[in-house]
Amino acid sequence: MPDGALPVLDVRDLKTVFKTRSGEVHAVNDVSFSLRPGELLGVVGESGSGKSVTMMSLLGLLPSPPADVRNGSVMFDDKDLLNVDAETLRKVRGGKIGFVFQDPMTSLNPVFTVGVQIMEPLRKHMGMSKKQAAARSQELLELVGIPDAKRRLGDYPHQFSGGMRQRVMIAIALACDPQVLIADEPTTALDVTIQAQILELMKELRTKLGMAVIWITHDLGVIAGIADRVMVMYGGQVVEHAPVANLFNDPQHPYTRALLKTIPTIHGERAARLTVIEGQPPIMTAPPASCPFRDRCDVAFDRCENENPQRYDLGAGHDAACFYNARTGAPRDA
Amino acid sequence: MLIYTIRRLLISIPTLLFIAFVIFMLLELAPGDPMAQMPLTIPPEVKEKMRLALGLGEPWWVRFPLWLKQFFVVEPQYWIDNAFGTNFADGAQRIISFQSRSPVFEIIAERMPQTLWVVGMSYVVGVLIALPIGIISAYRQYSVFDQAGTFVSMIGFSVPPFFSGVLLIVIFSVQLKWLPSIYDTTHVVSDWDSFVFQLRQMVMPVMVLALQTTAQVSRYMRASMLDNLTQDYVRTARAKGMTESVVVLKHVLRNSMIPVVTVIALGIPAIFGGAIITEQIFKVNGLGQLLIIALQGNDIPMVMTITFLLAVLIVMMNLIADVLYGILDPRIRYD
Repeated sequence: MPDGALPVLDVRDLKTVFKTRSGEVHAVNDVSFSLRPGELLGVVGESGSGKSVTMMSLLGLLPSPPADVRNGSVMFDDKDLLNVDAETLRKVRGGKIGFVFQDPMTSLNPVFTVGVQIMEPLRKHMGMSKKQAAARSQELLELVGIPDAKRRLGDYPHQFSGGMRQRVMIAIALACDPQVLIADEPTTALDVTIQAQILELMKELRTKLGMAVIWITHDLGVIAGIADRVMVMYGGQVVEHAPVANLFNDPQHPYTRALLKTIPTIHGERAARLTVIEGQPPIMTAPPASCPFRDRCDVAFDRCENENPQRYDLGAGHDAACFYNARTGAPRDA
Repeated sequence: MLIYTIRRLLISIPTLLFIAFVIFMLLELAPGDPMAQMPLTIPPEVKEKMRLALGLGEPWWVRFPLWLKQFFVVEPQYWIDNAFGTNFADGAQRIISFQSRSPVFEIIAERMPQTLWVVGMSYVVGVLIALPIGIISAYRQYSVFDQAGTFVSMIGFSVPPFFSGVLLIVIFSVQLKWLPSIYDTTHVVSDWDSFVFQLRQMVMPVMVLALQTTAQVSRYMRASMLDNLTQDYVRTARAKGMTESVVVLKHVLRNSMIPVVTVIALGIPAIFGGAIITEQIFKVNGLGQLLIIALQGNDIPMVMTITFLLAVLIVMMNLIADVLYGILDPRIRYD
């Protein structure tokens, strides 16, 4: 990957809050990351860790109210997407940044043919005529591996299987040759064989089209096979961030280590029980004043109660937000 | 879809025959005498002869098939004869009103325009007001507009037309003297002034009926929009960079219309029934008023025919609603 190249997407100190009847929920807390051209960034974390909310905040896709993107900047194309007018933002959405959602069964509009739905962004962002858009739509369906593409353009979503629908979603996201593709758990709702097919497809498309991808998942196995860099999220913040090999070989944050331990092995003795991380992820009703993982952490000490750790740079593009230095086995200096 | 429609049409034939039979037997079993309103000076034996002359001496198994024949064979023949100058009917007996002794269908044809103008117009107006209210109420849920819409709907649901109609007459005709309280059927629209007069006399009955329609349809529209606004495909449309108007008026509305169209279609027969009272209040001599007079005068052929026509309307609207459902929702296939 082109190290040191200018990032296509640069997110700084993003903060998203949900206003609910019982107070505020701080879903995303000072998240910063950048995405380099052509790179695949994996984002992992358990449900409720703020992965999806972070990505939807970037493009203003969260319903507001209740969501409120309170702070931060999202630099893309020399513009801060959090401070642009609605029309500019719409041009980025679907035009320069494509989005693939988790559930292909509900993400397509049931009353329009897939052809109409693929053509919509083409006509809006690329200014194509109906004819050009139809031809391009057919190309796109062929690109994502849907057989008999021409005829299938006239079919409705319910005439496609789940895996095929997700291919259609990917075709829509890719329609306008985006610089960035954000895939929000695109394989979670699919069964394992289809999941493998979609993964293969994404790998292939990435090399073919050379776009940068953000891949959200809670499946570390998927990440290992596809990502260049990985960002681990917990409690609405980034707890560890590293090139993929470093993350798996040298995990620094206790949460990452715990996550890696939960993966069942096919070698050796059969474990009596699957390993779990005890406890529940926190619901952030206030801005974090302590480490969000402290209650479930096996190395927590008193400092974790009083202070929220910053992300410590560990060299080689690796950082972790933990006061405990796993390499030395001792707390970091205050 | 075509096969389905034809099949449904065929099924509706026995349904309608059964309905006709039930209506006929209900009228047969109901107490009442068509001669009751005749002057008391007519001797009983003459009344009896008049009764026989009306065909009331025959048993129901003779009169019911006769009515069926007149309704389904003779009347269409007269209609064709009128239209094309043929002579299929050849002087056959038509359905005759007991009260006026003229053919029932001619009276209905006279009354139909008033009902269609007032009732039809009110339904169109009601739906046209209801749809935007429903859409905006859902898009701006719990806003002042939504609250106001909810309040108006509550009034429309809970205040019956015989109250709201009289209230309007008291305010706008009696107190303010802005609008006529009686609908003048003989009025002919020939120039601008007469057109304005027609509008003025239509305003109140149309508004009374439209309020009810608006109340119902706007609630359905709002609920249906709310269901769809939170669907995943709406987020997809936004993520594609579609403008809010495309997202709401194309993606969401198209889905939301599916149940609402059914409600609108099924509401058409209901509004004809509801208009009976409103027509009485505003003295619109339409079908509803005709039915009331016929009921009061024991005019059995007239009551039978109008009631049956309403039944036909209900059956047809059910069919149309189902077909529209299939057209609007590609997931539904009847074949």
